Amino acid sequence: MKVITANRLLNGDVVWLGENGSWVERITLARTFDGKDQVAEGLAIGQEAEKNQEVVSVYEMDVTLEDGVIVPVRLRERIRAAGPTTHPQFGKQAQAVSA
Amino acid sequence: MYRYDEFDASFVNQRTEQFKDQVRRRLAGELSEDEFKPLRLMNGLYLQLHAYMLRVAIPYGTLNGRQMRKLAHIARTYDKGYGHFTTRQNIQFNWPKLEDTPKILEELAEVEMHAIQTSGNCIRNVTADHFAGAAADEIADPRPYAEILRQWSSLHPEFSFLPRKFKIAITGAPNDRAAVQVHDIGLQLTRNDDGEIGFVVYVGGGLGRTPMIGRKVRDYLPEEDLLAYSEAILRVYNRYGRRDNKYKARIKILVHETGLEELKADIEAEFEKIRYGVLRLPDEEVRRIEAYFAPPPLEVGPSASEAVEARRNADAAFAQFLAHNLNPHRVPGYTSVTLSMKPIGGIPGDASDAQMEVIADLAEQYGHDELRISHEQNVILPHVKLDDVPAIYDRLAAAEIAEGNAGLITDIIACPGMDYCALATARSIPVAQRISERFGTAERQAEIGELKIKISGCINACGHHHVGHIGILGLEKKGEEFYQVTLGGSANENASIGEIVGRGFSSEEVIDAIEKLVDTYLDLRSGKEETFLDAYRRVGEAPFKEALYGAA
Repeated sequence: MKVITANRLLNGDVVWLGENGSWVERITLARTFDGKDQVAEGLAIGQEAEKNQEVVSVYEMDVTLEDGVIVPVRLRERIRAAGPTTHPQFGKQAQAVSA
Repeated sequence: MYRYDEFDASFVNQRTEQFKDQVRRRLAGELSEDEFKPLRLMNGLYLQLHAYMLRVAIPYGTLNGRQMRKLAHIARTYDKGYGHFTTRQNIQFNWPKLEDTPKILEELAEVEMHAIQTSGNCIRNVTADHFAGAAADEIADPRPYAEILRQWSSLHPEFSFLPRKFKIAITGAPNDRAAVQVHDIGLQLTRNDDGEIGFVVYVGGGLGRTPMIGRKVRDYLPEEDLLAYSEAILRVYNRYGRRDNKYKARIKILVHETGLEELKADIEAEFEKIRYGVLRLPDEEVRRIEAYFAPPPLEVGPSASEAVEARRNADAAFAQFLAHNLNPHRVPGYTSVTLSMKPIGGIPGDASDAQMEVIADLAEQYGHDELRISHEQNVILPHVKLDDVPAIYDRLAAAEIAEGNAGLITDIIACPGMDYCALATARSIPVAQRISERFGTAERQAEIGELKIKISGCINACGHHHVGHIGILGLEKKGEEFYQVTLGGSANENASIGEIVGRGFSSEEVIDAIEKLVDTYLDLRSGKEETFLDAYRRVGEAPFKEALYGAA
């Protein structure tokens, strides 16, 4: 299972492709893609968004579901989804507390 | 220190305006990311894991209070309240917004700073000994030469698209604190038999995936030939350096594949063509640049301070600070003070905006308005009166940058690693923090003595692990962080590349492994004066290997 990720062009924020071509700030809200064809479709949406100056650096990444929640497979992506492990007060992990 | 002339000011302003327009065009959709990326990189703007990252140049690691305050202001206004000092004496901001970067560059230009050539395949920020102009063991201040190299290499049209990046380091002292032998060009000031200043020249040093110690190409290069000879090296590299494979594109590979003698001959041939041309350095020009670096007026004083001695006996933490964080100054009565950006359990090289303000205050109040950033990610007050050390120490302690650990096991170099870096394969900072906590008591650190641990979170080796007495390289193995340990590296005048001691360790195991290495050293050293590196060089890897993996 995969999700499509990128950074927002304007501020560099990490985002994932959500429903209806939106870019969401939480990986838990991302749209998941199964199989080559679906992933290619997701990447195509991403490339279109790159052309429209919404995001940069679009790529697909592996995820799994843990208790129904989307979790990145690789540590790199887990850190990217949360923020620096050395600075729990920064990144998305900080926003998650107040959410 | 150096002040911009009209030429410097105008090209920095032009570049800022140019980048502002490039950002505008990018946001307006006139430039694609593929077109924009090389432009932003030329201005030090990367895209990292969580955000953009802006790397600001601090030429040869020298800055003043006003500049440090500006960095604090940028951290506070445009970032998340902190910056990170790097192993190339620069500073990185981890969270700037693309839309803010033109404004940041404008603010930097106000204090004669910029981010030009902090990325890309060009000649990068020239680095120098952080005790330059102050150290007792110095032949001459290397910074005027670093500045001359900066002027020559800035926006050099011929060398803006090299096969790969190019790093130059220079030291003015025989004790090399600038790691010159692991740079593309390393320069060591020396004197000839007539007492004239010149340079020992090394070429082709470097770390990364193929670590190599630089090869000596000149025992003595006269001062007047500095630029012509550097240009000759760059021309040979630009012409013959490999462009077919990014991983074989550094000059070290060219040196290795061509052979030293042939490459030397190529350099000398090119040099002969240009040595009497426009690049020949006129004596008056060197002296003119040197005047910018004229030392502050320092009155010779007693070589010991009563105030310092009285407190030394009464305050163990202060005594520890004196023992490790002062470097002998060439003027009696003065010292160079290392401000430790390595608090126990902290993040190596990080400084908050508030800490930067304190550092600027201290420079202005006690340090003749001079600061240095070391490649070991600390901050230096180069010219401090011994009598002022207690007052400075108190301010540092209040700001939590007074750990007396310079050169000790907790004074760790670590790259940002996978907590920030898009290239990293493992985290570095948490490993540094855990080592720091494990060994962080004053007594234990002092007992272990000089021990340089350097940690990189990937094979590109920004954390200089190859030249750590103990080096740690973070890799990924089956989806897990995995750490390879090297022993016996050194970046000083007796430079060496560390050797892999055996199979690597998991994140859970690696701190215990380091402790075993340290305990093994403590058991076998001939005395307290034999450092870890000396002991390793005497006995070899066998006892360390046995401690880690058992008898073979």
